[in-house]
Amino acid sequence: MEALFATVTGFLAASGLYLALRGRTFPVVVGLTLLSYAVNLFLFSTGGLTTDGAAVIQDGKTHYADPLPQALVLTAIVIGFAMTAFSVILAMRVRGDQGSDQVNDQRGDDAREEKS
Amino acid sequence: MQHLIILPILLPLFTGLAMLIKRDATMQPRRTIGLVSTALLVVISVALVVESSDGQISYYALGGWQPPFGIILVLDRLSALMVCLTSVLALGSLAYACAGDDKKGSNFHGLFQLQLMGINGAFLTGDMFNLFVFFEVLLIASYSLLMHGGGKDRTQAGFHYVALNLAGSAMFLIALGVLYGTTGTLNMADMGQRVAQLDPERLGLLKAGAFLLLVVFGLKSAILPLYFWLPRAYASAPAPVAALFAIMTKVGVYAILRVYTLIFGDSAGDLANFVQPWLWWFALATIALGGIGVLSARDLRTQVAYLILISVGTLLVGVSMDRVASLSALLYYMLHTTLVSGGLFLLADAIADQRGKAGARIVPGRGVTQPALLGLAYFVGAITVVGLPPLSGAIGKALLLDAAQPSEQPWLWSLLLLSSLAGLVAMGRSGSTVFWKAGKADPEGSRLKPSMLAGLALLLGASPLLAIFAGPITEFTQASAAQLLDPSAYTQAILAPTSGGGS
Repeated sequence: MEALFATVTGFLAASGLYLALRGRTFPVVVGLTLLSYAVNLFLFSTGGLTTDGAAVIQDGKTHYADPLPQALVLTAIVIGFAMTAFSVILAMRVRGDQGSDQVNDQRGDDAREEKS
Repeated sequence: MQHLIILPILLPLFTGLAMLIKRDATMQPRRTIGLVSTALLVVISVALVVESSDGQISYYALGGWQPPFGIILVLDRLSALMVCLTSVLALGSLAYACAGDDKKGSNFHGLFQLQLMGINGAFLTGDMFNLFVFFEVLLIASYSLLMHGGGKDRTQAGFHYVALNLAGSAMFLIALGVLYGTTGTLNMADMGQRVAQLDPERLGLLKAGAFLLLVVFGLKSAILPLYFWLPRAYASAPAPVAALFAIMTKVGVYAILRVYTLIFGDSAGDLANFVQPWLWWFALATIALGGIGVLSARDLRTQVAYLILISVGTLLVGVSMDRVASLSALLYYMLHTTLVSGGLFLLADAIADQRGKAGARIVPGRGVTQPALLGLAYFVGAITVVGLPPLSGAIGKALLLDAAQPSEQPWLWSLLLLSSLAGLVAMGRSGSTVFWKAGKADPEGSRLKPSMLAGLALLLGASPLLAIFAGPITEFTQASAAQLLDPSAYTQAILAPTSGGGS
């Protein structure tokens, strides 16, 4: 299971990184989202991988999973979700303001230089 | 009073929430609430500084859960000093914003308070994951504040800033995961203890995590290979926001200072002080590049942004020297540079406002409406930011130069002094262009409003005050540095079961 988990996490992170380095806003946003998924999976595994373990102490249970990474992932998911929503809106705003979805659109700069 | 520690977080939180109650309300009550709350924050933070000045490290355990299991807020001299610095800077920029900049977009005051909450929280927390959470709080507020008022330039600079910081947050979480996976704790004091006793087989993993953390903090503090977002973002942000952002890079410097003295400090066994040699070269390169950038800037605001870059390099050089004298010098320099560069952002905006079409660009244009007042402010700001005597910049730099050992002197002295020279030339050139090569001023042009003047006077006036009271202030920073370099006292105060604290 460890090998599968590590492969999936690594593949997600690599795809996310590749997309985040693209030149248009939409792939960048998708890339950052994939990256945050990979990070969430990675955080999940930091307490060690266990199946069927209880997170909260119960009578008669001897098999426990580390509850802290689960709580951390929950926080990270909430924050990541808010950030994705924000960056989507922002990307649309950039598209509207500039008339192009290039991350590094230089047309605006040139126009300003000529004016001055 | 034990609840005092959490007030710098709760007060801005509740003020920020109060601002949301009636979104279409008129500006005046919000300005009053914001200013009163920030002034109260100054009072609280001064009380915190007084409380911490006896050298006692106290903590506040949220929900009564004792460390290392519960989440704690820690008050020592360094965090009290940083909270105090934040609140003074915030008061100055908020006063300036109340002259009309806050009306250009919605919810300025609410976001401003939430940003303060994030910054104060980052300074006070004693838990690694909470450091991440407070970083996110301050970043989310800063994203919106950066784009306050809108405009093409701002949205594009904003998108770069957001994308970069999202990637930074992802790396922060990976680093946290690695640190938690190897040490099994998130409490900073506890982590420091466990790093020393770690199984040598896991040392490589831990080191990778620690380096990744350095990358994240380096991104926040804008150290050399990671600074490219800063000049554009700061130059396009609205003036009061840019002034408040002067503390944001210092949050990164604070985090480096805290983590790499407490967790990976002298007591960390094999990993003791392993980042300092790396920091030394990167910081020197940042200073050199900042000097070149200052000379190349064509806009007053970009120029101030590059001056911030020089100051970040200077601060990190102090961190990398890792001695009481250098840390004390850097803390004094941090007080000076944060307030003065905040003030210079406000000043650049005031100048741009009065020059009409020429704006903040460094070209001959219309004169400013109040040449005497703004000229004097520019003179004071320029002298102190490049480090000419008699103001506080000179004292800070002299203390740092003095702290260097003979082997470090050739590098530090030459680069720091050359970058100061570059700053001097650049500030002199832009000052003479803006004030002396100017055409006739428009007598009907806009003038400084009283609250703008108050904000400017508070931030730039801090420099002579810092110089006059340099004695007591350096005494405090010296004690803070000594406290910082003694991580065992910190660990003792947090983890020893006998010590009180909490609620």
